[in-house]
Amino acid sequence: MVILMAFLSGLLMTAGIAVSAMIDPNKVLGFLHLGPGWDPSLALVMAGALAVFLPGFLLIRKRKAPVCDTQFHLPKSNRIDKPLVIGALLFGLGWGLVGYCPGPAIAALTSGSVATLVFVVMMIIGWFAARKARL
Amino acid sequence: MENFTPISALIGGAIIGSGALLLMLMLGRVAGISGIASSAIFQTEGRAWRLAFVAGLLVGPLLVGLILTDFTFATPDLGWEVVVAGLLVGVGTGVGSGCTSGHGICGIGRLSKRSIVATLIFMAAGFLIATLFTQGAATW
Repeated sequence: MVILMAFLSGLLMTAGIAVSAMIDPNKVLGFLHLGPGWDPSLALVMAGALAVFLPGFLLIRKRKAPVCDTQFHLPKSNRIDKPLVIGALLFGLGWGLVGYCPGPAIAALTSGSVATLVFVVMMIIGWFAARKARL
Repeated sequence: MENFTPISALIGGAIIGSGALLLMLMLGRVAGISGIASSAIFQTEGRAWRLAFVAGLLVGPLLVGLILTDFTFATPDLGWEVVVAGLLVGVGTGVGSGCTSGHGICGIGRLSKRSIVATLIFMAAGFLIATLFTQGAATW
């Protein structure tokens, strides 16, 4: 049950990324590049996702526990610290450079594109480096 | 705004939100794609459900391709930008504990102050570099 639900959740997330065309980095850059021909679609993707998640989360939080576990696993920290700020800044720079964030990049691996594969491999190296730096 | 696709953006967004909601309802977990995928690789504890989630990520676009027969999407040209951007996205989401899904959707959806700040910062940085560096849509 846990495995199936995790699989379905991942499937829905990249299905949504595909339907909204956010799997296409040009579509993302059309939003992040301000100027003539600006494309606000990405803002509506966020709005559509939040319109479902926000009220749904409020309802789920009334439960004592999720369906398949004894407790919720929510991030506890609420501090605005240096790693959060620096990390978000670096991530944004990389995102705006090519138009890939982790979800769409992993989703686009299905195209067989070598450039997408290189991006994902570099991203995994980056994750490894970040974990090492934290120790 | 000739490229604006409000209907598919809203529908796609709602599907993304449903996926995130399903993980919260069933497993009580935040659907942060960077966190789940990196932990699936570098952490042995809780690996099974994370690997299942990543497998789902790879099946989602294939399923959409089966249903929407005209579904195609561009991919970047291979160049130094892809190498540098991949590394920046990996280090940044690793150090900053999240990406567009974890901070942008789940975090904002939980009204987490941390995630709202992170999202404002990576959005601002994304706007800055894309506006200065790329030609916008139809770069490739």
